[in-house]
Amino acid sequence: MNAMRYEAPGSIDEVVALLAAADGDSRILAGGTDLLVQMQSGFVKPGLIVDVKKIAEATTITAEDGGFRIGAAVCGAEIGEHADLKEAWPGVVEAAELIGSVQIQARASLGGNLCNASPAADSVPALIAAGAVCSIAGPKGRREVPVADIATGPGETSLGTGEVVVSIHLPAQSPRSGDAYLRFIPRTEMDIAVVGAAINLSLDENGQCSAARVVLGAVAPTALLVTEAADALIGGPVDDAALERLDAAARAACRPIDDKRGTADYRTKVSGVLARRAAGIALERARSNS
Amino acid sequence: MTKHHVSTTINGEPAEFLCEPQQTLLDVLRDELNLTGSKEGCSSGDCGACSVIMDGRVACACLALGVEAEGRSIETIEGMAEGETLHPLQRLFLEEAALQCGYCTPGFLVAAKALLDRKPDPTETEVRFWLAGNLCRCTGYDKIVRAVLSAAAEMRG
Repeated sequence: MNAMRYEAPGSIDEVVALLAAADGDSRILAGGTDLLVQMQSGFVKPGLIVDVKKIAEATTITAEDGGFRIGAAVCGAEIGEHADLKEAWPGVVEAAELIGSVQIQARASLGGNLCNASPAADSVPALIAAGAVCSIAGPKGRREVPVADIATGPGETSLGTGEVVVSIHLPAQSPRSGDAYLRFIPRTEMDIAVVGAAINLSLDENGQCSAARVVLGAVAPTALLVTEAADALIGGPVDDAALERLDAAARAACRPIDDKRGTADYRTKVSGVLARRAAGIALERARSNS
Repeated sequence: MTKHHVSTTINGEPAEFLCEPQQTLLDVLRDELNLTGSKEGCSSGDCGACSVIMDGRVACACLALGVEAEGRSIETIEGMAEGETLHPLQRLFLEEAALQCGYCTPGFLVAAKALLDRKPDPTETEVRFWLAGNLCRCTGYDKIVRAVLSAAAEMRG
């Protein structure tokens, strides 16, 4: 491995200054569960690693505007242990908790899952369905960007040079609303999504679906926000007919690849099934959240 | 290249070491501190043979940098027995033959200890899910799971 520098500053301003002054490849270290694997395999050879785990705003969960701000480096286990967060956004929490083993949960973060930009990232569809927004710091200051706009392709993001995701904000969950995330893997644990489906839906006072966001993972180069699938639910009851339309719209949106985890045909079929099942869970949660 | 001077706590005792920035915590434990109980299996966070407890959470030492130990508390397999007295998990792994080649055993023991530290009365399913990040190619897992449940029962008294 080439000469590498490690810094663990105490503020985001220092992170931005370090990244701005660096020549060559720099990497942010949150949990390291992707970065260290990539370094050990020689896939990346960073000249500078900036560990953000000594920075309070990157490592804490705080209530904000009725929702929650989650530091980009907060580990999955801590997210799973946060009772209020789990009550408001159970789908986001279950997606974060699906990432890896107990050992991985002690380290893996939402910021890392997002910026690693795997099409199969578990937390990303759930965050997009929830309407989560990133706070990004960089040489030109701060900006707020929806999670949906970060990944641009496998391993590629829209972050500019010297920018870092500091935290992710989940809005207040609406009344009579619920979210859910399901992934399909051929094992029960420790695998990468063949398909993931996240749904966040709201009901009006008559139990009709008034808003929905449907997001599919691992069926395209990035997570897909499928408005046609949401439209299949909005405006009526979430009944068998609506779920049938949801299933068809999800399948129609898929642009998957064939790989060792599944064929494109299989992924397409499973996306519809998972979308239906996730909608069923989100519906139950919305009904109990009135 | 400048080495980092790291001050940390290992198995309850203050410890200091020098390391290169790219050395993993596992490299440091094994090569700098001669704590060779933590094993290198996959080096990618899949097998759990290098499991250590960092600030109360079980993690893979292969996926942390040695410099990240600064100011933290690290527990390894070497800290599990008290002198000559084995931890109940260690003793029951032996008594119930929950190991064959033994390479994965330190990782299983550390991970199981982390479980029992936080959940003294786990179900069999909870034990199996908790240990999903530890791979054993010899035992078929049943004896390991039974030994963990036996240790949990004994420790509850």
